[in-house]
Amino acid sequence: MNGMVGTRTKRKEDPRFITGNGHFTDDIHLPGMTYAAMLRSPHAHARIVSIDVSEALQHPQVLAVYTGQDLLNKMKSVPTYWYVPGCNLIAKDRNPLAIDKTHYVGEGVAFVIAKDRYSARDAIELIEVIYEELPVVVNHEDAMEEGTVLVHEDVPNNIAFHWKPTSVPDEVFEQAEVVVKQRFIEQRLIPNPMETRAAVAQYNAGSGDMTLWCTSQNPHIHRNVYADVLGISEAKLRVISPDIGGGFGAKIGVYTEEALTAYAARDLNCPVKWIEDRHEHFMATNHARDEIIDVELAGQKDGTMTAIRVRNIANLGAYVSTMGAAVPTLCFGLMAPGAYDISLAGVEVIGVYTNTTPTDAYRGAGKPEAAYQIERIVDLFADSIGMDPVEVRKKNLISKEKFPYNSAMGCVYDSGNYHEALDIALQMVQYEEFLKQQEELRKKGRYLGIGFSTYVELCGLGPSKVAGATGFQGGLWENATVRVHPTGAVTVFTGTCPHGQGEETTFAQIIVDKFGVPLESIEVIYGDTQIIAQGWGTYGSRTTAVGGAALAIAADRVFAKAKKIAAHELEVSEDELNFERGVFSRKDLPESKRTFIEIAKSANMSWNLPEGMEPGLEAQAFFDPENFVFPFGTHICIVEVDVKTGTINLQRYIAVDDVGNLINPMVAEGQVHGGIAQGIGQALWESAVYNEQGQLVSGTFMDYTMPKARFLPKIETAFTQTPSPVNPLGVKGVGETGTTAAPPAVVNAVMNALQPFGIKALDMPLTPEKVWKALQKEGTKVDS
Amino acid sequence: MAVENVNVSFSVNGVQKCSSVEPRKLLVHHLRDDLGLTGTHIGCDTSQCGACTVMVNGEAVKSCTVLTVQVEGSQVLTVEGLGTMQQLHPIQKGFWEEHGLQCGFCTPGVMIAMVNLLDSNPNPTDEEIRDGLEGVICRCTGYQHIVNAVKHAAQLIAESKKLEIMPIGEGS
Ligand code: FES
Ligand code: FES
Repeated sequence: MNGMVGTRTKRKEDPRFITGNGHFTDDIHLPGMTYAAMLRSPHAHARIVSIDVSEALQHPQVLAVYTGQDLLNKMKSVPTYWYVPGCNLIAKDRNPLAIDKTHYVGEGVAFVIAKDRYSARDAIELIEVIYEELPVVVNHEDAMEEGTVLVHEDVPNNIAFHWKPTSVPDEVFEQAEVVVKQRFIEQRLIPNPMETRAAVAQYNAGSGDMTLWCTSQNPHIHRNVYADVLGISEAKLRVISPDIGGGFGAKIGVYTEEALTAYAARDLNCPVKWIEDRHEHFMATNHARDEIIDVELAGQKDGTMTAIRVRNIANLGAYVSTMGAAVPTLCFGLMAPGAYDISLAGVEVIGVYTNTTPTDAYRGAGKPEAAYQIERIVDLFADSIGMDPVEVRKKNLISKEKFPYNSAMGCVYDSGNYHEALDIALQMVQYEEFLKQQEELRKKGRYLGIGFSTYVELCGLGPSKVAGATGFQGGLWENATVRVHPTGAVTVFTGTCPHGQGEETTFAQIIVDKFGVPLESIEVIYGDTQIIAQGWGTYGSRTTAVGGAALAIAADRVFAKAKKIAAHELEVSEDELNFERGVFSRKDLPESKRTFIEIAKSANMSWNLPEGMEPGLEAQAFFDPENFVFPFGTHICIVEVDVKTGTINLQRYIAVDDVGNLINPMVAEGQVHGGIAQGIGQALWESAVYNEQGQLVSGTFMDYTMPKARFLPKIETAFTQTPSPVNPLGVKGVGETGTTAAPPAVVNAVMNALQPFGIKALDMPLTPEKVWKALQKEGTKVDS
Repeated sequence: MAVENVNVSFSVNGVQKCSSVEPRKLLVHHLRDDLGLTGTHIGCDTSQCGACTVMVNGEAVKSCTVLTVQVEGSQVLTVEGLGTMQQLHPIQKGFWEEHGLQCGFCTPGVMIAMVNLLDSNPNPTDEEIRDGLEGVICRCTGYQHIVNAVKHAAQLIAESKKLEIMPIGEGS
């Protein structure tokens, strides 16, 4: 072991980005390239009476205009990808373009191809569509009511599914010493990676080969789906995901625009580029969250929590998008009891259609919602029995002896030491000191609050048999190939598809430690379906936990072969060899040695291999984990609320996370920071808002508040390391911890600050206006 | 539509360029599509995100809100002109050393904006850097490592000045 794993290694991927040599989809320029633009529905719900494209077609630069009618029977609808069973799921496939009706603002109505970008936009303006506006339903609870507007005529009450895997009898709650109930609104969010979606397609009419570059977190899934949608053999459709400017779940989804770009390239036999602008991104890329969550917690006066019951009404938007059914059900429901030893849990989720943009995964996907409701209700419970929220947590957190822990929702939490993370965070924040200070300042009319979030989340997706049993249309194993070249340079191929998380470096670090070759000689390749056999991509913090594990196994296979060759050349048995810093040597005769690089040459030249051994030094591995992994930790936030204006000032943010073994602490810290920024964003500012007519009123960065540098505090991070037993690296997942943990930490802090005013629950985002209004309403200070 | 192209001439990263462009063409599109300088990115095309920031005559400017014709006779600096792998600019070193980027999409614009900040304030505090980042959105980093990166760059520049050598040119 050279010990590169565990070190703050500078990222291999950075040089290309800091010199402007990143290669994103919009950077692709092909000879004869044409440009696509989408005409989108301005109405949330409307009948399309007619579409007149004649004027657009007369534009000298325009090559084609497609409408839904034109595509009938030419390509299939883009389907959902996760058909959660046992909940009577009624999934409506999305037509490539709207035909009779549009169902949300931003739904595609016509697709224009022109010789340049600007002309494509010009031509959009020349298309005349006559709409007959229909009544609109935006709110998911309204949508379930008898006699309301139907988004799809054949879906009664707009109910796409009803999932109820577990329940807790009423008597449990009737007989409990304490019951707290609360409704929480998980507002709708827009993922907003800085690179919008994009696609470039090139077709070879001679060979029938189609290449589609697109912003994808999972190019193989996109290939599988688009091949079917377009009627192209999987072997002929090459999907390439070049550098990706952030995904956060938004680039998991299968969408109509990418498929249409490829369709047009084939139809016109010329390269086509489609780049989404930010305004379109707001309307047309999957949104997230948007759930109404009712929670009941039963417990005892001594602080013991005994049962939890959760009902989640999820706004799916106008279609069940790619992972749309799994996020509020499996991802949310399985984590409802959080990090606590609660023996009874009942979960019910109703997925509802509305005239809004479809919702899907966004960083954390279901787990932030789960953490939010449980962490908030724990505080309300503590408040109701007059106990310190930290004490309630200490009393109920699953203790370290209980792992692997069987949760009431049927999950097996792999490993954990929840109390330790909490203790370290408490030390960092100096809780006792803070409480004194809080008391002092309150007397002076300054309102500080502290909020805790002792979270756990499910990630590292995940065993394929679970995927199959729960209706996922793919596998969830991962694939890696490790190829050692004659010079000792190593190429690693992974089926995952990172988009900013630094896995080119973390994966290379793993190889350095296995082979003792320099970091510079290792290349990590991903994102190309022609080069990588199969894989399932990057989401659910699975890249290192599943993809990295496959890589480690493949590397071990390569190493085992190298060792055999070394033993053969050094004329001893394998047991009689040492390996250190890239050198095999004889235990009995240390001067007698071969470097790994020399063996690479021997293997590839095959001049003198052991009897019967195949040439080459390469191995592939497929790793299917036996379980998910469960990162956990404690986040603590301290705020000051200005009660005159409702402004929240973030004073401190402390994050103690346990993501299993750390391969690159610097990269892990960066992921934690980024996730927290998004989580704080949800708590305080971000919100996608529709008006009654279904118009997205937060459709630009002017109206949708993204976290900026001066909004955020310095984040204080620390890690504990409890290895996961489910993969050979002992890693968990890092990317989603912050988005999961931060919203309840921040909201709990604000509620703690507002305690003297008797304000117990406000919904995110906690804008100054909302806080100020609550202060006006609840008004008078409750004597404390 | 059908408006005649106009000739524009300006310097990009020290190289004189003469082009014929549509009068309405945005500078960012001209740089990216016509001049092949794809390091400058488009994150919003509405002047909000800063991904398209370039330097025009020494001032950071959002190239999605500037028409190409407006930079006639100007000196434009893009990320490609900042430094090379052999001679990284201190800001590039700072970002690499301090993990100031993740997906790298916002990075070129952010670096240019920060070079502009350091030009006017060579020794900024954390607060001043955060204020200086007002015009940019980074969705990945949570900004803290960007702040560290800028501080690191400031230090490198200060050290190189002390040694009386140019900030660019010491190699990496
Ligand atoms: S693209 Fe210019 S500011 Fe966003
Ligand atoms: S590094 Fe991804 S947006 Fe800044």
